[in-house]
Amino acid sequence: MSSGKLVQMLPAGIAQVDGFAGVISFVAKTLGLPILGLALFLMFWQAGASKIETSLGTFPGPVEVWEQTQALVAEHVEEQQRAEEFYQRQEERNAKRLEKDPSAQIKVREYIGKPTFFDQIGTSLVTVLAGFIIASLIAIPLGICIGLSSSLNAALNPVIQIFKPVSPLAWLPLVTMVVSAVYVSDDPMFAKSFITSLFTVALCCLWPTLLNTSVGVSTISPDLQNVSKVLRLSWMTHVVKIVLPSSVPMIFTGLRLSLGIAWMVLIAAEMLAQNPGLGKFVWDEFQNGSSNSLGRIMVAVLVIGLIGFALDRIMLMVQRFVSWDKTAVIR
Amino acid sequence: MNKAHLELTGVSIEFPTPKGSFKALDDVNLKIKKGEFISLIGHSGCGKSTVLNIVAGLHRATTGGVVLDGKEVNEPGPERAVVFQNHSLLPWLTAYENVELAVKQVFKGKKSKAEMREWIEHNLNLVHMTHAMNKRPDEISGGMKQRVGIARALAMEPSVLLMDEPFGALDALTRAHLQDSLMEIQKDLNNTVIMITHDVDEAVLLSDRIVMMTNGPAATVGEILQVELERPRNRIQLADDPQYNHYRHEVLSFLYEKQRKVEDIKEHQTAKKSQTEATAKSA
Repeated sequence: MSSGKLVQMLPAGIAQVDGFAGVISFVAKTLGLPILGLALFLMFWQAGASKIETSLGTFPGPVEVWEQTQALVAEHVEEQQRAEEFYQRQEERNAKRLEKDPSAQIKVREYIGKPTFFDQIGTSLVTVLAGFIIASLIAIPLGICIGLSSSLNAALNPVIQIFKPVSPLAWLPLVTMVVSAVYVSDDPMFAKSFITSLFTVALCCLWPTLLNTSVGVSTISPDLQNVSKVLRLSWMTHVVKIVLPSSVPMIFTGLRLSLGIAWMVLIAAEMLAQNPGLGKFVWDEFQNGSSNSLGRIMVAVLVIGLIGFALDRIMLMVQRFVSWDKTAVIR
Repeated sequence: MNKAHLELTGVSIEFPTPKGSFKALDDVNLKIKKGEFISLIGHSGCGKSTVLNIVAGLHRATTGGVVLDGKEVNEPGPERAVVFQNHSLLPWLTAYENVELAVKQVFKGKKSKAEMREWIEHNLNLVHMTHAMNKRPDEISGGMKQRVGIARALAMEPSVLLMDEPFGALDALTRAHLQDSLMEIQKDLNNTVIMITHDVDEAVLLSDRIVMMTNGPAATVGEILQVELERPRNRIQLADDPQYNHYRHEVLSFLYEKQRKVEDIKEHQTAKKSQTEATAKSA
């Protein structure tokens, strides 16, 4: 293949690379360097891990982590199979009973098995998104109000500054007690541990969105504000037509910071609240203390990192979709 | 009936600054007839924009006031539409939507949807922008943006059109083109216009009267020049017109002889800085 064709195949925007040498250096930069970085990291990890002896054996290296990943997948598949068999047995049993006596009362039970690693990832994702959405629903409107009114800003700023740096671990006991006291029901829709983790996450990830939204709103160009005044736009029209579009970039900066914090906080909250997610997985493996535990925790660490990265990319895509300025460089 | 359409009486304004209050305007008096085209000219920092902002209702005079059609002006409103210096279009809306925002606001309940659509297109047509009405501001040139800004202001059917150096940021050719468009529109609609300008030729070409302002602080109306050139005016024919050149000379001599800026550059800058700070605070 000629270098010209290669250049054409590359995505737009990098077409200015010069001839074959340009293509080589481009590929080396975009693919080679990250791969080199990862390879070096794996080497140092393997070399370092084999030198660390713990009471649970040597620290897991990449190879062991890969084995444990496969083991976790296998466990999940096995558990799914067991559930399927259970439902099949139940169905057959019920069918037989109905055959004997069409008026018989049949029971349909749900399979109660041990949650696997992948179930726990699911729980964590649901919890973090619920907490993040609650926080955003509070932070964005409140941030807009604070940004529009300097008096409200002066009044609320001290409160915000005091609560912003509070660690989730400090909130958790309080949230736990409040949830146990307030959320009383014989047939609860959600587990208490879920509600506790959710509100701890919301409390901690509220602040970046709140602050960024209010700053974004308060720095709208005075020219546009004058346009709004001359047109005598109502408060609502002013917010929808002028305030929101011009503060979209700042709101999203806040949302991305918030989601990152939410994910970090969640793991800690789940450990202590025993919400059956990734945090509980790590805690249970730590308590379990088998020779595989460290490897399994390391798998969780990597998965937590990858999901955090993916969540940020997804927010970036949402921002690209929502933003009016498609030419803006969003990083 | 000799009542003025728009009247500024004893308008003064003071901005609070850390070093005490700064008097930007002192006792500005002006009577404007309906359909008149007025230019405000003066050196930068002399408070031209402040006069315009007071008429627009964006600033409030400390003493004195503005009366439009027998009603005192004390807040902004679409009957005093403003064409801003840097177009001030909403960058996330197309040209059509920018005008639509104004039309919906002014004619809500008075025009049907179809009438509104027709009215928006009519105004974009006045400034020759129908071909690009579905483009966003960042997709069109500076001159085109300013045209849309003018269309937006005209679409409000204002009794006074306020223009703050509308062509200041444009190149000379585009500026001449837009000046001609503006004269045409003015002939058809007979709007009352107050325009701020730095450009002597622009002032003489477009205006019925040129209001020349003294230097600040405490700026006021220095001289008023009645321009009695026949309309329609043609810039090429006027270039050799002795009357035109006489008016030009009058304005130039006011600006560069009578109101020459004598302060040195450094002093000028600090004065300007304190004024902008004051303006920012009061806004």
